[in-house]
Amino acid sequence: MAENIIVYGLVWSGVYALLAIGFSLIFGVARIVNLAHTAFYMLAAYLIFHLNTAAGLNVYLSVFLAIIIVTITGTLSYRLIIARIRQHESTTLIVTIALAVIFQEAVLKGFGGTFVSGPKLISGKTGIFGVGVLNQHLLTFGVVLLLLLATWAFLMKTRTGVAIRATAQDREVANLMGINVPGMEMITMAISAALAAIAGALVAPLGVLTPGMWMHPLIMILAVVVLGGLGSLKGSLIGAFILGFSEILVVFLAPSGSFLKTSVALTIMLIVIMIRPEGLFGIVFEEERG
Amino acid sequence: MNVLSTYLSRFYKFFGGEIFVLPSRTTALLLCLFLLIFPLTSPNDFTLRVLIIASIYAIFAASWDLLSGFTGQINFGHAVFFGVAAYTAGLLNYNLGLAPWATIPIGALAAVLMGLIIGIPCLRLRGTYLAFATLAFPLILLGIIQAIPNITYGELGIPRVDPLAGSRVAIYYIVFPSMIVLGFIMWKIADSKIGLIFHAIREDEVTARASGINTTRYKLLAFCLSGLFAGIAGGLYAHFVNAGPSTLELLLSFQVIIWAVFGGIATIYGPIAGVFILYPLQKIVLTRYLGVPAELTMLIFAFIVLIVLLFMPQGLITWLRDKTEKICPRCKLQNVATRSKCRVCTAELD
Repeated sequence: MAENIIVYGLVWSGVYALLAIGFSLIFGVARIVNLAHTAFYMLAAYLIFHLNTAAGLNVYLSVFLAIIIVTITGTLSYRLIIARIRQHESTTLIVTIALAVIFQEAVLKGFGGTFVSGPKLISGKTGIFGVGVLNQHLLTFGVVLLLLLATWAFLMKTRTGVAIRATAQDREVANLMGINVPGMEMITMAISAALAAIAGALVAPLGVLTPGMWMHPLIMILAVVVLGGLGSLKGSLIGAFILGFSEILVVFLAPSGSFLKTSVALTIMLIVIMIRPEGLFGIVFEEERG
Repeated sequence: MNVLSTYLSRFYKFFGGEIFVLPSRTTALLLCLFLLIFPLTSPNDFTLRVLIIASIYAIFAASWDLLSGFTGQINFGHAVFFGVAAYTAGLLNYNLGLAPWATIPIGALAAVLMGLIIGIPCLRLRGTYLAFATLAFPLILLGIIQAIPNITYGELGIPRVDPLAGSRVAIYYIVFPSMIVLGFIMWKIADSKIGLIFHAIREDEVTARASGINTTRYKLLAFCLSGLFAGIAGGLYAHFVNAGPSTLELLLSFQVIIWAVFGGIATIYGPIAGVFILYPLQKIVLTRYLGVPAELTMLIFAFIVLIVLLFMPQGLITWLRDKTEKICPRCKLQNVATRSKCRVCTAELD
């Protein structure tokens, strides 16, 4: 029981962290609430499955292709659709939801609604402290750690990363300093979609795929970013671990836990933001200049 | 006789001066009249059912607009009002056998209470934080409802809720006029001093407070009023369809925002028109007349919403209104776009 809680808690917290950081990045840089974010994750998982089984490609090749395709789809949908209506906040919400529904229905139409499970990347078990852990779980957690570190290094150490952070802090001043603001937003969107796609690749072998699988992670990452504080990557990471573990704890320990897992996670989020309205590590954004 | 003619001339003046001067109001009146006599043309049951549900959702979408469109407090979990009222009405009816005329107001009161429960903690939050916090409430309730099936009847919802009336046509004549009356009341509220204060809170809360407006009280009022109307819609829905988990789902919360934004927010009539365009389109036109397979309707629906909002980001009805009407710069009254002078104060229109 305890080992299951730890393994599943780490795996799912990691997946939520990847998704939440991508969501948080694009919100911080372009102020876009991209409700289609987890639809990219669903799309990637399905693409991997179908490239692997229907097209008969190698697992690794199909993962690679799926990540590329989803990144391009995400960037294009930002460039062609979201960027045009982003100054209308509520319209952006609806348009991104419409996008998510379009992806869902396209997947349903193209790949069918039957429950499928993705191909395992690696098989076997490893003993850690006398507990057998699936290698797939270890891989998932390892990739999550690696990606989080890579994202952090990219944002902190490279010139582009600094430019992205500058854009997030103040668009206008960033623009005055010669930073290509729309370009930075495109890059951020690509990174965000790629992170979602990789999360999808990690989840595909773990459970069943359904076209509606984007809904639950969407709720969770919304709760995660609010809990951690909008625009704060550290907050998203810690929030993902708090909510991921609370979900797994409820599932394993509470009666009829699988019904209550979302309720408990959301209640924790509500309690935290009632005490700290800007989340755990939230930055209070300066009022946008008109 | 004299009294009658006075009333008639007053009636005529009202219609001539307030309704027939604007094509939009004339169209709205004609559409209402058409939908009022529509059941007399003996349509099939399915069409009536779609129109009844559209009326219920129209009340619901307009109530979202009253809260989120006017005060700018974006509510992502509006289904909580709908679901709480539907479950209250349904459970009272099923367990205690109360009639719809009693259960619907009690359900609406429960939704008002819910408005207070959501409103008080959410007063400290703003913008995106508020939107995501409100998202949590219906989902928390949904989890609780599914976890205690012996009280709430779990996944399937309440087994049997009495219908509003005996026949479909009678139900139509209860629901549709109540939609018009409630919509009119909401429009009047939005047009009154309260509505003006709601506007002020959306535009600039700090300035509103500096002008001596108790913004806390008015925001709570917005939550309660919106809850009241959404609750009435929820009660009607429970007695027409049923009270089940679908009344609290995330998709319903999103759906109401889609309708409202599609029609145009901060107008009340926009969301109502949005529902009456999109809901029958999705349920009747696409499947019945165009022969689109059922699994594609959602895709086409999403595409229509996407395309319309790409070209009219303010919403369809707002776009139409701005094309056909001008606002007088002096007295702020609506005028037909073809006029060069205001119809009341004769100020030059630009």
